[in-house]
Amino acid sequence: MKTILFIIQKEFKQIFRNKSMLPILFVMPFIQLIILPFAADYEIKNIRLTIVDMDQSVLSRQLNSHFQASPFFNVSYTLTPEEAEALIQHNDSDLYLEIPPRFEYRLLKEQRASLHLSIDAINGSKAGVSQAYVQSIVRDFNKEVIAEWVPQLQPRALAAIGQPVDITYQNWFNPDLDYNTFMVPGILVLLITMIAGFLSGMNIVKEKEIGTIEQINVTPIKKYQFVIGKLLPFWLLGLMELAIGMVLGKIIFDIPFVGSISLVFAFASVYLLLILGVGLLISTFSNTQQQSMFLTWFFMVIFILMSGLFTPIESMPHWAQVLTWFNPIAYFVDVIRLVMLKGSGWVDIKQTFFQILAFAIAVNGLAVWNYRKRS
Amino acid sequence: MSITISHITKSYGAVKALDDISFDVSKGELFGLIGPDGAGKTTLIRILTTLLVPDAGEARMLDLDPVKEFRKLRPHIGYMPGRFSLYQDLTVLENLNFFATIFGTTIEENYDLIKDIYSQIEPFKHRKAGQLSGGMKQKLALSCAMVHEPDVLILDEPTTGVDAVSRKEFWEMLARLKERGITILVSTPYMDEASLCDRVALIQDGHILQVDTPASIVASYNRQLLGIKARNTLRLIEDLRAYPLTHSAFPFGESVHLALAGDLTDGELPEYLHQKGHEELEIEPIAPNIEDCFMELMTKKQSDK
Repeated sequence: MKTILFIIQKEFKQIFRNKSMLPILFVMPFIQLIILPFAADYEIKNIRLTIVDMDQSVLSRQLNSHFQASPFFNVSYTLTPEEAEALIQHNDSDLYLEIPPRFEYRLLKEQRASLHLSIDAINGSKAGVSQAYVQSIVRDFNKEVIAEWVPQLQPRALAAIGQPVDITYQNWFNPDLDYNTFMVPGILVLLITMIAGFLSGMNIVKEKEIGTIEQINVTPIKKYQFVIGKLLPFWLLGLMELAIGMVLGKIIFDIPFVGSISLVFAFASVYLLLILGVGLLISTFSNTQQQSMFLTWFFMVIFILMSGLFTPIESMPHWAQVLTWFNPIAYFVDVIRLVMLKGSGWVDIKQTFFQILAFAIAVNGLAVWNYRKRS
Repeated sequence: MSITISHITKSYGAVKALDDISFDVSKGELFGLIGPDGAGKTTLIRILTTLLVPDAGEARMLDLDPVKEFRKLRPHIGYMPGRFSLYQDLTVLENLNFFATIFGTTIEENYDLIKDIYSQIEPFKHRKAGQLSGGMKQKLALSCAMVHEPDVLILDEPTTGVDAVSRKEFWEMLARLKERGITILVSTPYMDEASLCDRVALIQDGHILQVDTPASIVASYNRQLLGIKARNTLRLIEDLRAYPLTHSAFPFGESVHLALAGDLTDGELPEYLHQKGHEELEIEPIAPNIEDCFMELMTKKQSDK
């Protein structure tokens, strides 16, 4: 036990003496925490909309003004659909709305008129969002037309329209659909994963690379003492990072803490064991810090992109969803959101907790088995 | 016996690093393992220091088996690897303290033992190990290897890459440690250091050529040896090797050591060399040194094959 303490003491000395380590530990994570939630915003603004108004009537102008009033659209006009199409071709416009001739006439006489919408769908999600915005504006316009013109419409038409059903939405757990609330807990997970994953692996490999392991190996230090002594500092640093990140999240983004903070930390402490185990496993395969970095990077990119942080796991293809069963980041992103935003308790995350614990035991077991202190 | 090595063999793939090595080191002996780079010195040392398991054969260190009883053995060996293996980002004092504590001791407890060496670097004890000069690094490494009062000290090429003055100092330190009854096994590629050892093992290509005291090794050399100088050393070697009575000719600094295969009549050799057009000839009989013996043994080994 004493030996482990001596190793930990040495590790902390080395960590805090390393000039690049302090910025890595304290500055980089918080720059990420401050920048990423703002950048990873799914709201799409400044959509370039071209309107081709071939009706030039009171009603068509009324529809135009709805688009102009919307914060999502920058509206421009052309006279013909061909011109509008050319704008899309040259990437000067994202979509165009064609209001056909006799739009007003048809709407009032026949009680139905159609609009044509063409969207540049190279960016699929942007196209989907744009379409939804256009539809919602047209829906508002419809309501207005009904309210305004119904008295003048034929009774027959009134019957046909009937009582319009209105669907309203309420977003639970994140009522304003605030992306910061959604992103910050996930980014906290990334932070502690990177700290624990990258640094722990490199820290062990460093002893191999500069040859100090040769001297350590002839001392009475036992395999497990060495491993624990090397990993424990990063376990502590990871938890500390999480704590500071949460405080910053509260101060800067005012993210809600609905659930129990101690539950998040309890989960994080087991989760960190797993990530440290991955770092240890990678270190057993590497002889230089560079190799360890690249191996860790390889896994990190896959784990992060498939974690459900940026894109929902539910919308991934089936095989990708199966892969996420082995993705520790996906579990923790899920759990931290559940606990912090929804207020889930121990009962809700119990199963995931034990899954991660089982993974941690398996990975660490594999790493220790593979880690040869003597060949 | 402090160290007993019997029939140790170790291969790396197809390369046989050690082939049936056997020798003993007595308690309190300063034993030199001497051979060129790649001879297998480091491999043997790593086996003795419990870092490597031999393919065949057995070693005993202090009556313990380095393979099975490495836990018991480790506290009793001091090891100084060939490559500087201390923490460069820790200070002199921190390094020494760390290695003392993990062996369950303190600097104060064994200060007497390392005082001689450590006092030379003590003025720099708050300097980081990475910022020390080569000679000081080596003293620090020796201090760290000695701080737990080992019974056997194993040093892998401690003087490689160190200046002549530091080398001399280092050997003086080893001699003083030996006086305290510590068994020392030291490997070196420098033949001139052999004479500073009690006994040496000459090793080449994983084979032991000879194990004896430096004096006996030199005494066992039974050829007539001449030191020859000429203006063009390279051509001199070529011509000497072509000479019928030559056993071997190797360059030693400015001169060439010529070992003869038989008896030479006076004036025969100078005449031959003059004929070949050599100028500024100096020929004199010399006493063999360890390196001559090593070359002799090496040539013999090769012709045996």
